[in-house]
Amino acid sequence: MHDQTPLMHTLFGRLTWDAVPLHEPILLWTFVVVALVGGSLLAAITYHGKWGYLWREWFTSVDHKKIGIMYIVLAVVMLLRGFADALMMRLQQAMAFGDSMGYLPPHHYDQIFTAHGVIMIFFVAMPLVVGLMNVVVPLQIGARDVAFPFLNNFSFWMTVAGAVLVMMSLFVGEFARTGWLAYPPLSGPAYSPDVGVDYYIWSLQIAGVGTLLSGVNFIVTIVKMRAPGMTLMKMPVFTWTALCTNVLIVAAFPVLTAVLALLSMDRYVGTNFFSNDFGGNAMMYVNLIWIWGHPEVYILILPVFGVFSEVVSTFCGKRLFGYTSMVYATVVITILSYLVWLHHFFTMGSGASVNSFFGITTMIISIPTGAKMFNWLFTMYRGRIRFEVPMLWTMGFMFTFVIGGMTGVLLAVPPADFVLHNSLFLIAHFHNVIIGGVLFGAFAAINFWFPKAMGFRLEPFWGKVSFWFWLSGFWFAFTPLYILGLMGVTRRLSHFDDPSLQIWFQIAAFGAFLVLLGILAFLMQLFVSFRNRDQLRDTTGDPWNGRTLEWSTSSPAPAYNFAFTPVVHDQDAWADMKQRGYTRPTQGYLPIHMPKNTPAGIVLAGFAMTCGFALIWQIWWLAIAAFVSMVASAIIHTFNRDRDFYIQPDEVAQVEAERTRLLAQAQG
Amino acid sequence: MSAASDTHHDDHDHAVDHRIVHGHDDHGEGMPHVTFKGYMTGFILSVILTAIPFWLVMGRVLPSAKVTIFIVLAFAVVQMLVHMVYFLHLDTRSEGGWNMLALIFTLVLVVITLSGSLWVMYHMNVNMMPMTAQDMRNMP
Repeated sequence: MHDQTPLMHTLFGRLTWDAVPLHEPILLWTFVVVALVGGSLLAAITYHGKWGYLWREWFTSVDHKKIGIMYIVLAVVMLLRGFADALMMRLQQAMAFGDSMGYLPPHHYDQIFTAHGVIMIFFVAMPLVVGLMNVVVPLQIGARDVAFPFLNNFSFWMTVAGAVLVMMSLFVGEFARTGWLAYPPLSGPAYSPDVGVDYYIWSLQIAGVGTLLSGVNFIVTIVKMRAPGMTLMKMPVFTWTALCTNVLIVAAFPVLTAVLALLSMDRYVGTNFFSNDFGGNAMMYVNLIWIWGHPEVYILILPVFGVFSEVVSTFCGKRLFGYTSMVYATVVITILSYLVWLHHFFTMGSGASVNSFFGITTMIISIPTGAKMFNWLFTMYRGRIRFEVPMLWTMGFMFTFVIGGMTGVLLAVPPADFVLHNSLFLIAHFHNVIIGGVLFGAFAAINFWFPKAMGFRLEPFWGKVSFWFWLSGFWFAFTPLYILGLMGVTRRLSHFDDPSLQIWFQIAAFGAFLVLLGILAFLMQLFVSFRNRDQLRDTTGDPWNGRTLEWSTSSPAPAYNFAFTPVVHDQDAWADMKQRGYTRPTQGYLPIHMPKNTPAGIVLAGFAMTCGFALIWQIWWLAIAAFVSMVASAIIHTFNRDRDFYIQPDEVAQVEAERTRLLAQAQG
Repeated sequence: MSAASDTHHDDHDHAVDHRIVHGHDDHGEGMPHVTFKGYMTGFILSVILTAIPFWLVMGRVLPSAKVTIFIVLAFAVVQMLVHMVYFLHLDTRSEGGWNMLALIFTLVLVVITLSGSLWVMYHMNVNMMPMTAQDMRNMP
């Protein structure tokens, strides 16, 4: 250890050269690879002179479609990181039996499983869901943008700032070794004195601001900005689920913020909210974090239920079966999701009465979910099903998710949970619903809406390859975990004694390898589609014979989305318009009022990230400076009156004339 | 002075946003009716509702601390209502009933969270293993 002089301590806080893990070969090589890939990417951007383009057209953009795409890019990048963690864990557990200790020391293994959970939930699943809502919701309700376009850009960059902090912990210091919810007292100052938990806290707090603000943004968008005629019960199901999800975000995320704030007070200023002394109670942390944590899983799954509803009705060529029951099921799930949180800690000892209440509410919540499943099935029944890639993902979901749901109901029985709590059975269950639900849904959505976002379809062959590898890989990876869990193997172990278990872990590792092929096939799909984009071009704006308003405009949608705001008469507004022989107006355009791009979001998030980094390493002067700069730039931004411009009618006419030409070409 | 000019600004911004976000203009609902008198009423009520609990605690007016706590909580609830009515301009009709709906939803969640946590933590406490020999002897 270096002895720090007081000056160095003031300047750099806890940060010293020791924080850079030069002595860990795995991290060092990871760093080398990341530096090479990242460096060549930056060099390529510089070589092609694309920085100005990226800055003007993307980073500072307040266009919901572009922000949505950036969210999804972030999610895919973080998926690679989170999946690399998963592969490392599978490999370690397949190797570390008896005398072999595997290749990961426990302190590194613990960081990996924590980072895997945090990244997959907060920086893969959340950006996927928020990104999809960004791309789709305003188009689906016939709006020109979200209610607060600048706030949307700011939310995105705050999410990125959180993700960057997590990534930074890989090479500067370490990440938490506590598991993804950082229970105290392990995460308290006594047992985790290092920076790991601080990285955890500040990355989630910063990203949480973004999530909360985008929740507010979408509620206002959906409540206030629907096209005329689109009453609540004529809203597309995806928009409905997006609304419920954002209500959940706004209601639940403050609880996470508060509980993490209490934990950081324990760590920074010596309070005792969650310690075992002075009246503190660690069980209160577990209680509070699951009051956020359970709604969180519904925040993730509800929008993909919406995705599946849109995909099923589109690819079966008929109206969704039981639209009304679908809406009510969504609302009921929204409320019930607040009544089940204790099932995450049945074993903490609340006793029979409390446990049975929460066991029963948990079983009740499977009823509306089951109703949704039947609605999708009945939509398919006697439908003219087209087995395109999004539909494949949807059917893979229905098969996988039902089994995940049933193991969930099994875990909801308190006596069963006492046996299975914290076992690999639980791990298999929640991967079954999150991969089988959220991830499959996201892939369905990406394949479904890609032409709308990018202007060309995704190539189906590699999409199918990706689907089959994911599906089979998932079952190979997690069936063994169900079996091991039933045999009593607990989670988060980096070494095992009983050699008879090894074969199951080897099968699971093989499954993870199949999933790797699935991910590579997805990347291949993106690459091949981009290369063949001219053949895959969507000139009509309606490649799937879609049913909702986003398919009524061109692909990609123009900056203003709709030259004229559509008027809605029925559910599935676009299908209704097509049926009634709608003709697209081609003249009489008016100036369109639009918000201007602004760098304020990226600047504010940059200051927030700097402040977070300084707080983690206790570099107080930098934290104060960054915080003051952040507040000051926010105030300065409020004086910026140059926020809007008009797209002139002749420009609109030009864009629309091009669309008329393409449409005529597609028909001719 | 400030109240009046702020109101004016807000109105202006609202109108701008309105045009940005809506391609159409189908709305009659503007900003809620805001007056200087309303803000002053709210302010004075808030001061009174803060001063009384402060006096109750600092002056140790009531013999029982428990009673004081409940009275302070009651004042806090009234204070919240005052803020909602006079500062946030909530009533049953604002924003076409959406504010009321949001308020009811929030109340439901707050009640679930608070009462649920109290219930859960109370049971945890009751079922807690005795921590000292003294406690062990006094077990029922």
